[in-house]
Amino acid sequence: MRISLMTTCLVDVMAPDVARATVTLLERLGHEVVFDKRQTCCGQMHTNTGYYTEAAPVVRSFVDTYEPSLDSIDAIVMPSGSCAGCVRDQHQLVAQHEGDSELEERAAAVSAKTYELSELLVDVLKVTDVGAYFPHSVTYHPTCHSMRVLKVGARPVKLLRAVEGIEVRNLPESDTCCGFGGTFSVKNDATSDAMVTDKAANVVSAGAEFVVAGDASCLMNIGGKLRRNGAAPQSVHLAQILASTREEPFVPSQTILGRAS
Amino acid sequence: MSTVDLGIPSIRPQHASPSSNLRGTQSFPDAARSELGDETLRGNLRHATATIQTKRASAVREVRDWQKLRNAGSALKWQVTDHLPELLEQLEDSVTAAGGVVHWARDADEAGEIVTRLALERDAQEVLKVKSMATQEIGLNETLAHAGIHAIESDLAELIVQLAGDTPSHILVPAIHRNRAEIRDIFLRSMPDIDPDITDDPAALAEASRRFLREKFLDLPGGVAISGANFAVADTGTMVVVESEGNGRMCLTLPRTLISVVGIEKIVPSFQDLEVFLQLLPRSSTGERMNPYTTLFTGVTEGDGPQEFHLVLLDNGRSAVLEDPEGRSALHCIRCSACLNVCPVYERTGGHAYGSTYPGPIGAILSPQMTGMHGPDDPNTSLPYASSLCGACYDVCPVKIDIPKILVHMRAEDVDQRRETSGQFRGTWDVAMKGASKLMSSPRAYDKAVRSAGPLSKVLPGDNIGKLPGMLPLVPGWTDHRDLPKPGTSFRSWWDARERDRAKNPDSPSSDSRTGGPDAAADGPATDEEQA
Repeated sequence: MRISLMTTCLVDVMAPDVARATVTLLERLGHEVVFDKRQTCCGQMHTNTGYYTEAAPVVRSFVDTYEPSLDSIDAIVMPSGSCAGCVRDQHQLVAQHEGDSELEERAAAVSAKTYELSELLVDVLKVTDVGAYFPHSVTYHPTCHSMRVLKVGARPVKLLRAVEGIEVRNLPESDTCCGFGGTFSVKNDATSDAMVTDKAANVVSAGAEFVVAGDASCLMNIGGKLRRNGAAPQSVHLAQILASTREEPFVPSQTILGRAS
Repeated sequence: MSTVDLGIPSIRPQHASPSSNLRGTQSFPDAARSELGDETLRGNLRHATATIQTKRASAVREVRDWQKLRNAGSALKWQVTDHLPELLEQLEDSVTAAGGVVHWARDADEAGEIVTRLALERDAQEVLKVKSMATQEIGLNETLAHAGIHAIESDLAELIVQLAGDTPSHILVPAIHRNRAEIRDIFLRSMPDIDPDITDDPAALAEASRRFLREKFLDLPGGVAISGANFAVADTGTMVVVESEGNGRMCLTLPRTLISVVGIEKIVPSFQDLEVFLQLLPRSSTGERMNPYTTLFTGVTEGDGPQEFHLVLLDNGRSAVLEDPEGRSALHCIRCSACLNVCPVYERTGGHAYGSTYPGPIGAILSPQMTGMHGPDDPNTSLPYASSLCGACYDVCPVKIDIPKILVHMRAEDVDQRRETSGQFRGTWDVAMKGASKLMSSPRAYDKAVRSAGPLSKVLPGDNIGKLPGMLPLVPGWTDHRDLPKPGTSFRSWWDARERDRAKNPDSPSSDSRTGGPDAAADGPATDEEQA
């Protein structure tokens, strides 16, 4: 299949390894990955902070990037539950707020071909064993928008369980929010801190080497807290685990998700 | 086209009266900050919300058609919001026909006046209260006290709050922020005939309150009780009060005069509809299969129960909520408090941080709609932002109120209000969001910015960014609490380098798309100049 990678703005800048891993994984599975350099952001930050009018040009830019090539690609993949959720759940809402019915229609067409990574793998590419090797213990945090907006359910866990050498450990209170919430983490920083403090403590108590999730933003929050506390677990994106093989095992780089310096 | 008067009301719906207990004095972030520092409160809340949450989850799991029940509850509530005026008139007719008297109160002040007048006319110096959110909302106890009438709360938790001179912090469990040692101290301070050696055993505390209240029930000069109602049935005029202790039933049956203050949204169309709500409410609320004390009363019956029944129908901003098609389903709330118990924000900050009778996720959408949001300095303007939008509230809501969607809608209302007010749309966030929007909708400029982020951040020491000075805008909110990774080589720079590499060596295996490979070539400003 020909798959267009929308890295998300956060991954492109703050966690580029997640996008690289997505490319590795999909190419290993025999698919062609294309990257459109006109891509910027899905507009979630503006939308969820109430700036619909400011979100509209960002959404339009997103639609302008992908809509013309819809016939030549099979899917658009985003390695993020919340960004894919924004495309599916909110782009049309933003268009409605602007009274732009043409944008609304075009956004719907783009949204219909947009998938979060685990959805793409399990639902579209019909694969759960991607041939990965990751000889480490991990604990999985199901991010809120993956779980409640996209409803990815057990897909990420199925993918993880099929990885050779992995040990998946239970995360206490796993379905409680990590406290990121986009601009919430800054606007309500004290409350957000109380939430991520508890999440980090639960990750530590799971006793795994890595905390894994499908959203780099939540991982940046949890990982950043773990680093600040000097705690051992590293944060890693689902794509990075699935990209890892015996031949080319996972190598943590220096720029990923608040890794220990 | 001629103008025809179609009878649209000339009086616009009004917001709740300022005297209502719907607005705090501090913004949510400020109020939360001080509540978060209280370790006892955090412990009490954590314990209580976790217990109720678990109980609710197992009570809900038992019901095979739970999702269908939720759909039915939601559909009935939409039917009510769609036909509220007709249903209210039907209710008035039914109640009147059953011997009750209906009063209409536009706001908290009018409701307070009506109830005070009714109590004074009956020479009541003390009135008994059944736990009720509506009377808490309108500050009825304070209004009555002003007229020299003492209101006694008969619900155990409300009594604890009242005796402590405190305010409730939860819809179902008003004293959730107190532990039993604190409750023992409150009782010792305020119950005259209490055993001074009483322990903090829950049974002993309940017995003390029972003795204290029983006296009041049996000897009430003036004989006036005041309640709210969970449901008001339009076709029969029946009021339904759902409670756990039986104290409510005593108040509803023993006194001579009963006054019920009921929000206009509490209507259900027909008696049969109670079937749905009496399944949804107890399981969502207390995690019980069936509610322990459900009292239904219709008007008056000679020789049985109160001989006078007054229904005060309360608007107090509800019509204003009804006006907004995107936000009006907040009126569907049946006050089960499942959203509070499951909310990670509520669990940590507690109810007082919301500053309103209605705390938690439902409060964050209901209170500001009832009062209106009056600019950046209004504490209620901060409420729609008091959520990480995790969505746990929507999952548990028995009538499927899409709280996260309404939260975002209200944030947009706030931003739009500011945008439309001259001189207001220039706060730090406004400037940042406008700038980001411009950048993120200009692919070429954005591309340049992304590629330079890595090289630019090299001026900062270390691999991660630690605490930053407080004078910077916005960022310290993040770095005060967590490290921030430094941007490295952007993905797109790496992608370009790989493409170039492939073009030069079409057969080389360095189509390696992982770390390493063409990294070195992609790093640094030299490559960054080369982008299209």
